[in-house]
Amino acid sequence: MTTDSLALNSNKTNLSAWIWRVLMVLAAAGVINFYADVLTVYEVAIIIITAIGMAILGQNWPGYRWHTAAVAVFSLFAVSIYGNELAAADSSFWLNYLLASQSAFMWMSALFVMATVTYFAGLLFHSEFTEKVASFLTWSATTMGMIGLMVRWRESYLLGADIGYIPVSNLYEVFILFAVVTALLYLFYERRYQTRSLGGFVLLVISAAVAFQLWYTFDRQAHVIEPLVPALQSYWMKIHVPANFIGYGAFAMAAMIGVAYLLVDKFQGRGSAGGWTSKMPSFNLMDDLMYKTIALGFAFFTLATILGALWAAEAWGGYWSWDPKETWALIVWLNYAAWLHMRMTKGWHGRPMAWWAIVGLFVTLFAFLGVNMFLSGLHSYGTL
Amino acid sequence: MSKKQDSQPKQRSLAWRVFHFLGSMEFAITMLITLAIASVIGTVLQQNQPYPDYVIKFGPFWFEVFESLGLYDVYSALWFLTILTLLVVSTSVCVIRHTPSMFKDMFNLRTHVQLKSLRSMHHRANWQQSPGLEQSAEDISEQLKQQGFRTRITDKGDDKLVSAMRGGMNRLGYILTHVAIIVICVGGLLDGNLPLKVAEWQGRIAIETRDLPLSDIPKQSRLPVGPQAFRGSVSIPEGRAASVVYLPMRDGYLVQNLPFTIEVEEFRIEHYATGQPKSFESDLVVHDPEREQPLEQTISVNHPLIYKGYAIYQASFGDGGSELTIDAWPLFAGQPEPTELNTKVFETRQMRWGEQEMQLEVTGFRPFNINPDPTEDDPRNVTNYGPSIQFKLRRETGEALEYENYMSPVQRKGRDFFLSGVRGSPAEEFAYLHIPADENGSIDGFIRFLHDLHDEDVVADTAAEMKDETLSSLQSEEDLVLGDSLQQTLQTLVSMFVGGGFGEVRDFIEQTLPEAERDTLAPAYLAMLREMLGRIYFDGLDLQPDELVTDARIQFMQDAIDAVGSLPRYGSPVYLSLNDYTHIESTGLQIARSPGKSTVYLGCAFLVVGVFLLFYLPQRRFWVWLSREQDKTQVYLAGMTNRNPRDFDNYFDQINSLLQSRRNSAGD
Ligand code: HEM
Repeated sequence: MTTDSLALNSNKTNLSAWIWRVLMVLAAAGVINFYADVLTVYEVAIIIITAIGMAILGQNWPGYRWHTAAVAVFSLFAVSIYGNELAAADSSFWLNYLLASQSAFMWMSALFVMATVTYFAGLLFHSEFTEKVASFLTWSATTMGMIGLMVRWRESYLLGADIGYIPVSNLYEVFILFAVVTALLYLFYERRYQTRSLGGFVLLVISAAVAFQLWYTFDRQAHVIEPLVPALQSYWMKIHVPANFIGYGAFAMAAMIGVAYLLVDKFQGRGSAGGWTSKMPSFNLMDDLMYKTIALGFAFFTLATILGALWAAEAWGGYWSWDPKETWALIVWLNYAAWLHMRMTKGWHGRPMAWWAIVGLFVTLFAFLGVNMFLSGLHSYGTL
Repeated sequence: MSKKQDSQPKQRSLAWRVFHFLGSMEFAITMLITLAIASVIGTVLQQNQPYPDYVIKFGPFWFEVFESLGLYDVYSALWFLTILTLLVVSTSVCVIRHTPSMFKDMFNLRTHVQLKSLRSMHHRANWQQSPGLEQSAEDISEQLKQQGFRTRITDKGDDKLVSAMRGGMNRLGYILTHVAIIVICVGGLLDGNLPLKVAEWQGRIAIETRDLPLSDIPKQSRLPVGPQAFRGSVSIPEGRAASVVYLPMRDGYLVQNLPFTIEVEEFRIEHYATGQPKSFESDLVVHDPEREQPLEQTISVNHPLIYKGYAIYQASFGDGGSELTIDAWPLFAGQPEPTELNTKVFETRQMRWGEQEMQLEVTGFRPFNINPDPTEDDPRNVTNYGPSIQFKLRRETGEALEYENYMSPVQRKGRDFFLSGVRGSPAEEFAYLHIPADENGSIDGFIRFLHDLHDEDVVADTAAEMKDETLSSLQSEEDLVLGDSLQQTLQTLVSMFVGGGFGEVRDFIEQTLPEAERDTLAPAYLAMLREMLGRIYFDGLDLQPDELVTDARIQFMQDAIDAVGSLPRYGSPVYLSLNDYTHIESTGLQIARSPGKSTVYLGCAFLVVGVFLLFYLPQRRFWVWLSREQDKTQVYLAGMTNRNPRDFDNYFDQINSLLQSRRNSAGD
């Protein structure tokens, strides 16, 4: 994204970026070497792509580097306590209260909700310090979520070597993925645009996801790790699902910025001059950010849909079957394509586009959840 | 983009106006949204279901309306394809119109700019520097090249202009993205079933809607081997082979011949320790006249076999006609022994049981049934209930009830029951008849009891015995009369219970007893009935005089009475119990030929590359105008981008300071 400005950066950033890249190369090489016996060539490719992606993400983004380091250290620590015994979770303090996937997710949930409240508090009371705390909480929540996913990955293998799978395989797991990805996207733009005032709005959608997640855990026992049905045993899943969730996360963020935009638009000028709206970024910036996130979402959603088609070609015998999930992906995609054209070539911006972005989130939500809840189809992806 | 072509709108021809309308943004956005909305229909209404299901759902009138709109197969309905085509046409027009200017934009360094226009740009700067004009121009050009720009120096009279650009590929992104849409749709068209629709429309082929054996399917519904695309399925039992696939078409199908024969040696399901399926696999042997040796290959979900452009997928599985040995236990009077019956899954035969003529249609067999069986410790516990058969019993009137019988007894509250589910239509849940297993784990005990209840002599004897015992305690004149009527009542109660369960007995009580006495007498009647049932049961056991009645026996009796009481709602004159089986599975293969696939994939590659280029490779241009001013060089810098103006603010500053950093250094 920002390769072009690299050459102009200072030496210090340059050095840490280089260290970071080397670390990513080493990590990828280490993983490939360690699992050499079980990895297919596709999986090796996926690891390399992931490492490149992470190298690019982290090169100008210290926060992400720290986050990754923390995830790596704590996950490895948890895995080492587990050893080969899933039961270790009951006897180990660390696992029981912090690092076992279930505990980590609970921490994540609590931290996200706290971060949401804190962001709003910072906005209302004009306290930069409070906002910084909120950022920190968001980082912590994201880190706990990521650790939880990593540890759950290992846990699934501890249940049985043939059961293990990457934890992006059912509705429960992708909700966590959604929260983590959306938060990371937000944090990226928070730094890029140097504004924390949008945090509460974006985290609102994450908190909603967390609430759903908790209901799903306690009411439906959804957190129990179940082996994968045959159709889901494919390396395509490992890239299709994450790509999809970058899309969903970005669309969700755009919609929440739309909400912020409309609220500011409505309340600006009311009340005292120093009201919360005065702390919000300019309309121009929000508009721009909305465009950026929708573009990002569109790009990854395009990629994800295509990956899904490739997978379908292998699993169902046709790259396109007009299955409800596929069709809704197309609907989401067409909707945002129209949004982008409206904005690029017709120059629409501001309120109508904010409204449209919000409507877009509902369309997306239906593709993500509604299809599983209300429609039947080939996607064996978790029903409610 | 380019506005100049609209200078004389009035004189344009109709063709020109149509062309421009199709390529207009308004039209494109309308089509995008229209397509999105139209797509919703097919996800809300389940597609390609059997037509009778739709009739039931919508009623005959709306069924017709929806059919004429093509709603049961929306995605190949003419109107839907028209929208799709219009979108492709719109995109094509757009690409045709914009490509020339995009190409120009991609390479052209815009050396024709004037200083005036540079000085009115939003991003601009100027300064003086010491190196000479030529030197400065070279220098700046070199620095920009290091930043990844293409540059050119042109003479502008006495002045010089350095034009620079990077990210020209952004424009290629536009072309790729939009061409991709066209390419994908063309590929999809190659793989679609449009040719079949045309052939059907011309009357060259006809959709078959009957369920016929392959050999009876008329030639009109069969498609020869050829290069065309298709996607169909076929189910092949283990040990058998097939050389055709069935293409579902609306409410029927077509048969597509294959140039080879696929034999299925074995189908396997592997399970996780928890019982969930882990993999579905088929061992295939492909016999091709063009091969010396047949090709052997195992396929599984996500691992198809691609042979000669035909892709063969593991899609489903089912029963391949398992052989079943069944005991039919009569539930009617007069015949306590079962008759043995040898049949197969999917076989249909006429049966005569007692008075009733019925058609038995065996619809399925499952070697195991892993069902949820929550316990206190583990709400997700599952239990294997063992083999089961599914069948339908169809009366002469055409109505059928559907049954599901388990082979082995299933534990319920600590007791063993033979379970048989019954329902009127697939939409209903099964209601289960619980027949208690006797101490030998067999159905014999229950049948014997049932038979005794049906046996008029047994019932009469028991009633007489009970009458005598009752009367010995009363000693009055009317005893004889009372005795006869009591015996009669006892017998009626039993026969009513057997014929209609407790419900019928209650109805009888309601109808015959005067209202005043009903409340006091009804319990007495029911108690008498229970007593009768109990006596018949225990008499049937032939117990030794000193043998104690165990709780288990009493429990069994209770369960048996409950089962007899629900028999009238069971609807079948027999209980079919599975005795033995040979499981034969069939594998469901999906076979596809998609000649357009590589075209579609190429389009997809264009799309991904195009979109990322469009979004993340901004096109950036700089111009540096240098003119001599006394012994210094006057430098005017201007820049612009086609996207992300906010990022460009920063970028411009960076380039600006980079270029200015050398204002005094280089040269002399
Ligand atoms: C399914 C159909 C289409 C898709 C997926 C698509 C996709 C895109 C995308 C992703 C962009 C970039 C938007 C941005 O930079 O924010 C774009 C730009 C554009 N599209 Fe489309 N498009 C489609 C159809 C059309 C049609 C039919 C037209 C013509 C009427 C059209 C004209 C344009 C134009 C003029 C641009 C602006 C290019 C630029 O200056 O950067 N597109 N399109």
